[in-house]
Amino acid sequence: MKSTPSPYALRLPENRAWLKKGVKDGIPIGLGYFAVSFSLGIIAKQAGLTPFQGFLTSATVNASAGQYVGFVLMAECATYLEMALAILVANGRYLLMSTALSQKMSPSLSIWHRLLIGNFIVDEYFGIAIAQPGYLNPNYYYGAILFASPLWAIGTALGVIAGNLMPARLVSAFSVALYGMFFAVFIPPARKERTILILVIVSFFLSWAAGVVPFLRDIAEGTRTIILTVLISAAAAVLFPRKIYHEEESEA
Amino acid sequence: MRGNVYVYILVMAVTSYLIRVLPLTLIRKHIRNRFLQSFLYYVPYVTLAVMTFPAIVHATQSPVSGLIALVVGVVTAWFGFDLFKVSVCCCSVVFLAELFLV
Repeated sequence: MKSTPSPYALRLPENRAWLKKGVKDGIPIGLGYFAVSFSLGIIAKQAGLTPFQGFLTSATVNASAGQYVGFVLMAECATYLEMALAILVANGRYLLMSTALSQKMSPSLSIWHRLLIGNFIVDEYFGIAIAQPGYLNPNYYYGAILFASPLWAIGTALGVIAGNLMPARLVSAFSVALYGMFFAVFIPPARKERTILILVIVSFFLSWAAGVVPFLRDIAEGTRTIILTVLISAAAAVLFPRKIYHEEESEA
Repeated sequence: MRGNVYVYILVMAVTSYLIRVLPLTLIRKHIRNRFLQSFLYYVPYVTLAVMTFPAIVHATQSPVSGLIALVVGVVTAWFGFDLFKVSVCCCSVVFLAELFLV
Protein backbone atom coordinates (compact mmCIF):
# COMPACT_ATOMS: atom_id res chain seq x y z
CA MET A 1 0.00 0.00 0.00
CA LYS A 2 1.48 3.25 -1.04
CA SER A 3 0.01 6.60 -0.21
CA THR A 4 0.45 9.31 -2.83
CA PRO A 5 3.56 11.29 -1.98
CA SER A 6 3.21 14.96 -1.30
CA PRO A 7 4.20 16.94 -4.43
CA TYR A 8 7.06 18.50 -2.48
CA ALA A 9 8.42 15.36 -0.78
CA LEU A 10 12.20 15.11 -0.80
CA ARG A 11 11.91 11.60 -2.26
CA LEU A 12 11.36 13.27 -5.63
CA PRO A 13 14.66 14.27 -7.30
CA GLU A 14 13.35 17.63 -8.54
CA ASN A 15 12.58 18.64 -4.96
CA ARG A 16 16.08 17.70 -3.86
CA ALA A 17 17.40 19.83 -6.74
CA TRP A 18 15.33 22.78 -5.49
CA LEU A 19 16.64 22.26 -1.96
CA LYS A 20 20.21 22.31 -3.26
CA LYS A 21 19.59 25.44 -5.30
CA GLY A 22 18.14 27.03 -2.17
CA VAL A 23 21.24 26.19 -0.14
CA LYS A 24 23.44 27.68 -2.86
CA ASP A 25 21.44 30.91 -3.04
CA GLY A 26 21.43 30.92 0.77
CA ILE A 27 25.23 31.23 0.90
CA PRO A 28 25.47 34.96 0.10
CA ILE A 29 22.49 35.54 2.38
CA GLY A 30 24.23 33.68 5.19
CA LEU A 31 27.45 35.64 4.78
CA GLY A 32 25.60 38.93 4.85
CA TYR A 33 23.53 37.73 7.81
CA PHE A 34 26.63 36.78 9.73
CA ALA A 35 28.05 40.29 9.45
CA VAL A 36 24.77 42.02 10.22
CA SER A 37 23.81 39.78 13.13
CA PHE A 38 27.27 40.20 14.58
CA SER A 39 26.71 43.94 14.86
CA LEU A 40 23.19 43.26 16.12
CA GLY A 41 24.76 41.20 18.89
CA ILE A 42 26.69 44.26 20.02
CA ILE A 43 23.39 46.12 20.46
CA ALA A 44 21.92 43.13 22.29
CA LYS A 45 24.85 43.17 24.67
CA GLN A 46 24.30 46.86 25.35
CA ALA A 47 20.68 46.03 26.20
CA GLY A 48 21.98 43.56 28.77
CA LEU A 49 21.23 40.32 26.96
CA THR A 50 23.25 37.15 27.40
CA PRO A 51 24.62 35.32 24.32
CA PHE A 52 21.83 32.74 24.70
CA GLN A 53 19.14 35.42 24.82
CA GLY A 54 20.64 37.05 21.74
CA PHE A 55 20.61 33.69 19.98
CA LEU A 56 17.02 33.05 21.04
CA THR A 57 15.84 36.44 19.78
CA SER A 58 17.44 35.95 16.38
CA ALA A 59 16.21 32.37 16.09
CA THR A 60 12.60 33.34 16.81
CA VAL A 61 12.20 36.86 15.43
CA ASN A 62 14.27 36.76 12.20
CA ALA A 63 14.21 40.49 11.55
CA SER A 64 17.13 42.88 11.54
CA ALA A 65 15.41 46.22 11.94
CA GLY A 66 12.73 44.71 14.16
CA GLN A 67 15.29 43.18 16.50
CA TYR A 68 17.31 46.35 16.59
CA VAL A 69 14.23 48.29 17.70
CA GLY A 70 13.41 45.52 20.15
CA PHE A 71 16.83 45.62 21.81
CA VAL A 72 16.69 49.39 22.12
CA LEU A 73 13.24 49.16 23.75
CA MET A 74 14.46 46.48 26.16
CA ALA A 75 17.27 48.80 27.21
CA GLU A 76 14.67 51.54 27.77
CA CYS A 77 12.47 49.18 29.81
CA ALA A 78 9.48 49.74 27.52
CA THR A 79 6.11 48.12 28.22
CA TYR A 80 5.15 44.91 26.41
CA LEU A 81 2.47 46.80 24.47
CA GLU A 82 5.02 49.35 23.26
CA MET A 83 7.19 46.47 22.19
CA ALA A 84 4.38 44.86 20.20
CA LEU A 85 3.49 48.14 18.46
CA ALA A 86 7.10 48.94 17.61
CA ILE A 87 7.56 45.48 16.10
CA LEU A 88 4.35 45.92 14.14
CA VAL A 89 5.68 49.12 12.59
CA ALA A 90 9.25 47.93 12.06
CA ASN A 91 8.09 44.66 10.47
CA GLY A 92 4.98 45.95 8.71
CA ARG A 93 6.56 45.45 5.32
CA TYR A 94 6.45 41.70 5.89
CA LEU A 95 2.68 41.96 5.70
CA LEU A 96 3.04 43.22 2.13
CA MET A 97 5.67 40.62 1.30
CA SER A 98 3.54 37.84 2.72
CA THR A 99 0.58 39.00 0.62
CA ALA A 100 2.73 39.12 -2.50
CA LEU A 101 4.21 35.71 -1.71
CA SER A 102 0.74 34.23 -1.23
CA GLN A 103 0.21 34.84 -4.96
CA LYS A 104 3.42 33.01 -5.75
CA MET A 105 2.27 29.80 -4.12
CA SER A 106 0.25 26.98 -5.51
CA PRO A 107 -3.29 27.39 -4.08
CA SER A 108 -3.06 23.76 -2.99
CA LEU A 109 0.10 24.30 -0.92
CA SER A 110 -0.67 22.87 2.51
CA ILE A 111 -1.18 24.92 5.63
CA TRP A 112 1.94 23.36 7.21
CA HIS A 113 4.21 24.70 4.52
CA ARG A 114 2.54 28.10 4.85
CA LEU A 115 2.96 28.15 8.63
CA LEU A 116 6.62 27.23 8.30
CA ILE A 117 7.53 29.56 5.43
CA GLY A 118 5.61 32.36 7.14
CA ASN A 119 8.05 32.31 10.02
CA PHE A 120 10.90 33.07 7.61
CA ILE A 121 9.51 35.88 5.49
CA VAL A 122 12.42 38.29 5.44
CA ASP A 123 13.70 40.66 2.79
CA GLU A 124 16.36 38.27 1.54
CA TYR A 125 14.40 35.01 1.25
CA PHE A 126 11.49 36.94 -0.18
CA GLY A 127 13.80 38.46 -2.78
CA ILE A 128 15.20 35.17 -4.02
CA ALA A 129 11.82 33.39 -3.88
CA ILE A 130 10.15 36.03 -6.05
CA ALA A 131 12.91 35.63 -8.64
CA GLN A 132 12.08 31.95 -9.26
CA PRO A 133 9.84 31.06 -12.20
CA GLY A 134 6.35 29.70 -11.62
CA TYR A 135 4.97 28.59 -8.30
CA LEU A 136 7.41 28.57 -5.41
CA ASN A 137 8.80 25.17 -4.53
CA PRO A 138 8.95 25.30 -0.72
CA ASN A 139 12.12 23.18 -0.74
CA TYR A 140 13.97 26.04 -2.39
CA TYR A 141 12.94 28.28 0.49
CA TYR A 142 13.93 25.66 3.07
CA GLY A 143 17.35 25.23 1.47
CA ALA A 144 18.14 28.91 1.87
CA ILE A 145 16.83 28.88 5.45
CA LEU A 146 18.94 25.82 6.35
CA PHE A 147 22.13 27.57 5.37
CA ALA A 148 21.49 31.18 6.30
CA SER A 149 19.24 31.23 9.36
CA PRO A 150 21.61 29.35 11.72
CA LEU A 151 24.29 31.89 10.78
CA TRP A 152 21.90 34.66 11.71
CA ALA A 153 21.32 33.25 15.20
CA ILE A 154 24.92 32.15 15.80
CA GLY A 155 26.25 35.50 14.54
CA THR A 156 24.09 37.31 17.08
CA ALA A 157 25.36 35.17 19.95
CA LEU A 158 28.96 35.68 18.83
CA GLY A 159 28.31 39.40 18.54
CA VAL A 160 27.24 39.47 22.18
CA ILE A 161 30.37 37.54 23.17
CA ALA A 162 32.99 39.24 21.02
CA GLY A 163 31.32 42.07 19.14
CA ASN A 164 34.35 44.24 18.77
CA LEU A 165 36.71 41.62 17.38
CA MET A 166 35.51 41.38 13.78
CA PRO A 167 37.57 43.69 11.54
CA ALA A 168 35.51 46.67 10.33
CA ARG A 169 36.83 46.02 6.80
CA LEU A 170 35.14 42.63 6.67
CA VAL A 171 31.89 43.85 8.22
CA SER A 172 31.83 46.60 5.61
CA ALA A 173 32.46 44.22 2.70
CA PHE A 174 29.89 41.65 3.85
CA SER A 175 27.27 44.28 4.49
CA VAL A 176 26.70 44.78 0.75
CA ALA A 177 26.12 41.06 0.13
CA LEU A 178 22.40 41.54 0.76
CA TYR A 179 22.13 44.41 -1.70
CA GLY A 180 24.09 42.44 -4.27
CA MET A 181 21.38 39.81 -4.11
CA PHE A 182 18.65 42.37 -4.48
CA PHE A 183 20.26 43.61 -7.71
CA ALA A 184 20.24 40.07 -9.05
CA VAL A 185 16.50 39.99 -8.31
CA PHE A 186 15.23 43.27 -9.71
CA ILE A 187 17.74 44.19 -12.43
CA PRO A 188 17.12 41.32 -14.89
CA PRO A 189 13.32 41.95 -15.01
CA ALA A 190 14.06 45.68 -15.30
CA ARG A 191 16.13 44.91 -18.37
CA LYS A 192 13.28 42.91 -19.87
CA GLU A 193 10.37 45.15 -18.93
CA ARG A 194 10.47 48.88 -19.46
CA THR A 195 7.85 49.47 -16.74
CA ILE A 196 9.97 47.80 -14.07
CA LEU A 197 13.04 49.76 -15.15
CA ILE A 198 11.10 52.99 -14.69
CA LEU A 199 9.82 51.80 -11.31
CA VAL A 200 13.32 50.94 -10.10
CA ILE A 201 14.64 54.38 -11.06
CA VAL A 202 11.63 56.13 -9.49
CA SER A 203 11.99 54.00 -6.33
CA PHE A 204 15.69 54.83 -6.01
CA PHE A 205 14.97 58.50 -6.44
CA LEU A 206 12.00 58.71 -4.05
CA SER A 207 13.74 56.56 -1.46
CA TRP A 208 16.69 58.93 -1.54
CA ALA A 209 14.40 61.98 -1.48
CA ALA A 210 12.40 60.65 1.48
CA GLY A 211 15.63 60.39 3.42
CA VAL A 212 16.52 64.06 2.99
CA VAL A 213 13.19 65.93 2.86
CA PRO A 214 12.30 67.47 6.26
CA PHE A 215 9.50 65.62 8.13
CA LEU A 216 9.75 62.60 5.84
CA ARG A 217 13.31 61.90 6.93
CA ASP A 218 12.16 61.75 10.56
CA ILE A 219 9.86 58.81 9.85
CA ALA A 220 11.47 55.51 10.81
CA GLU A 221 13.09 53.72 7.90
CA GLY A 222 10.81 50.68 8.08
CA THR A 223 7.71 52.86 7.93
CA ARG A 224 9.14 54.87 5.04
CA THR A 225 9.72 51.64 3.13
CA ILE A 226 6.06 50.66 3.58
CA ILE A 227 4.69 54.07 2.60
CA LEU A 228 6.89 54.31 -0.50
CA THR A 229 6.20 50.73 -1.55
CA VAL A 230 2.43 51.18 -1.29
CA LEU A 231 2.39 54.57 -3.04
CA ILE A 232 4.71 53.67 -5.90
CA SER A 233 3.19 50.24 -6.53
CA ALA A 234 -0.35 51.63 -6.39
CA ALA A 235 0.53 54.42 -8.81
CA ALA A 236 2.14 51.86 -11.12
CA ALA A 237 -0.93 49.62 -10.91
CA VAL A 238 -3.10 52.55 -12.04
CA LEU A 239 -0.74 53.84 -14.74
CA PHE A 240 0.47 50.48 -16.04
CA PRO A 241 -2.21 47.91 -15.23
CA ARG A 242 -1.19 44.41 -16.23
CA LYS A 243 -3.17 41.98 -18.28
CA ILE A 244 -5.25 39.80 -15.99
CA TYR A 245 -3.51 36.48 -15.82
CA HIS A 246 -5.10 33.12 -15.56
CA GLU A 247 -4.27 30.21 -13.32
CA GLU A 248 -1.97 28.40 -15.75
CA GLU A 249 0.31 31.22 -16.86
CA SER A 250 2.41 31.26 -13.77
CA GLU A 251 5.81 31.47 -15.37
CA ALA A 252 5.87 35.19 -15.97
CA MET B 1 10.23 48.65 36.23
CA ARG B 2 12.17 46.33 34.00
CA GLY B 3 10.29 43.74 31.96
CA ASN B 4 11.36 40.14 31.77
CA VAL B 5 13.73 39.55 28.84
CA TYR B 6 12.03 36.30 27.87
CA VAL B 7 8.59 37.93 27.81
CA TYR B 8 10.03 40.68 25.60
CA ILE B 9 11.43 38.09 23.23
CA LEU B 10 8.10 36.24 23.21
CA VAL B 11 6.19 39.44 22.39
CA MET B 12 8.62 40.20 19.56
CA ALA B 13 8.42 36.69 18.16
CA VAL B 14 4.63 36.38 18.30
CA THR B 15 4.00 39.82 16.79
CA SER B 16 6.48 39.21 13.96
CA TYR B 17 5.02 35.78 13.27
CA LEU B 18 1.42 36.98 13.06
CA ILE B 19 2.33 39.76 10.61
CA ARG B 20 4.02 37.25 8.35
CA VAL B 21 1.79 34.26 8.56
CA LEU B 22 -1.71 35.77 8.34
CA PRO B 23 -1.68 36.84 4.68
CA LEU B 24 0.10 33.66 3.67
CA THR B 25 -2.48 31.40 5.29
CA LEU B 26 -5.63 33.49 4.76
CA ILE B 27 -5.09 34.36 1.09
CA ARG B 28 -5.11 30.99 -0.57
CA LYS B 29 -6.70 31.92 -3.86
CA HIS B 30 -5.47 33.97 -6.72
CA ILE B 31 -6.59 37.53 -6.51
CA ARG B 32 -8.57 38.35 -9.65
CA ASN B 33 -8.98 42.08 -9.27
CA ARG B 34 -6.86 43.74 -11.95
CA PHE B 35 -5.65 46.61 -9.79
CA LEU B 36 -4.65 44.34 -6.90
CA GLN B 37 -2.97 41.89 -9.24
CA SER B 38 -0.90 44.65 -10.81
CA PHE B 39 -0.16 46.17 -7.41
CA LEU B 40 1.10 42.89 -5.99
CA TYR B 41 3.12 42.23 -9.12
CA TYR B 42 5.01 45.50 -8.68
CA VAL B 43 5.42 45.36 -4.87
CA PRO B 44 8.50 43.10 -4.77
CA TYR B 45 10.52 45.12 -7.26
CA VAL B 46 9.57 48.44 -5.73
CA THR B 47 10.21 47.39 -2.15
CA LEU B 48 13.61 45.84 -2.94
CA ALA B 49 14.64 48.92 -4.91
CA VAL B 50 13.50 51.22 -2.10
CA MET B 51 15.45 49.19 0.46
CA THR B 52 18.60 49.10 -1.68
CA PHE B 53 19.11 52.77 -2.38
CA PRO B 54 20.41 54.85 -0.66
CA ALA B 55 20.95 52.20 2.08
CA ILE B 56 23.83 50.55 0.19
CA VAL B 57 25.77 53.82 0.25
CA HIS B 58 25.42 54.08 4.02
CA ALA B 59 26.18 50.42 4.70
CA THR B 60 29.90 50.63 3.94
CA GLN B 61 32.67 52.45 5.76
CA SER B 62 33.05 54.88 2.89
CA PRO B 63 30.09 56.07 0.78
CA VAL B 64 32.33 55.88 -2.30
CA SER B 65 32.81 52.12 -1.93
CA GLY B 66 29.03 51.80 -1.47
CA LEU B 67 28.48 53.66 -4.74
CA ILE B 68 31.01 51.47 -6.52
CA ALA B 69 29.19 48.39 -5.20
CA LEU B 70 25.93 49.87 -6.54
CA VAL B 71 27.36 50.31 -10.03
CA VAL B 72 29.05 46.90 -10.04
CA GLY B 73 25.86 45.24 -8.75
CA VAL B 74 23.66 46.84 -11.40
CA VAL B 75 26.09 46.10 -14.25
CA THR B 76 26.80 42.47 -13.30
CA ALA B 77 23.10 41.76 -12.74
CA TRP B 78 22.24 43.46 -16.04
CA PHE B 79 24.60 41.11 -17.86
CA GLY B 80 23.04 38.06 -16.30
CA PHE B 81 25.35 37.10 -13.42
CA ASP B 82 23.48 34.97 -10.91
CA LEU B 83 22.62 35.96 -7.37
CA PHE B 84 25.71 34.48 -5.80
CA LYS B 85 28.14 36.02 -8.30
CA VAL B 86 26.58 39.47 -8.14
CA SER B 87 26.81 39.33 -4.37
CA VAL B 88 30.44 38.20 -4.35
CA CYS B 89 31.36 40.92 -6.88
CA CYS B 90 29.77 43.60 -4.67
CA CYS B 91 31.55 42.40 -1.53
CA SER B 92 34.90 42.10 -3.33
CA VAL B 93 34.86 45.60 -4.82
CA VAL B 94 33.99 47.09 -1.44
CA PHE B 95 36.87 45.21 0.16
CA LEU B 96 39.30 46.26 -2.57
CA ALA B 97 38.09 49.84 -2.76
CA GLU B 98 38.41 50.30 0.99
CA LEU B 99 42.03 49.17 0.91
CA PHE B 100 42.61 52.51 -0.80
CA LEU B 101 39.80 54.61 0.59
CA VAL B 102 39.83 53.90 4.30
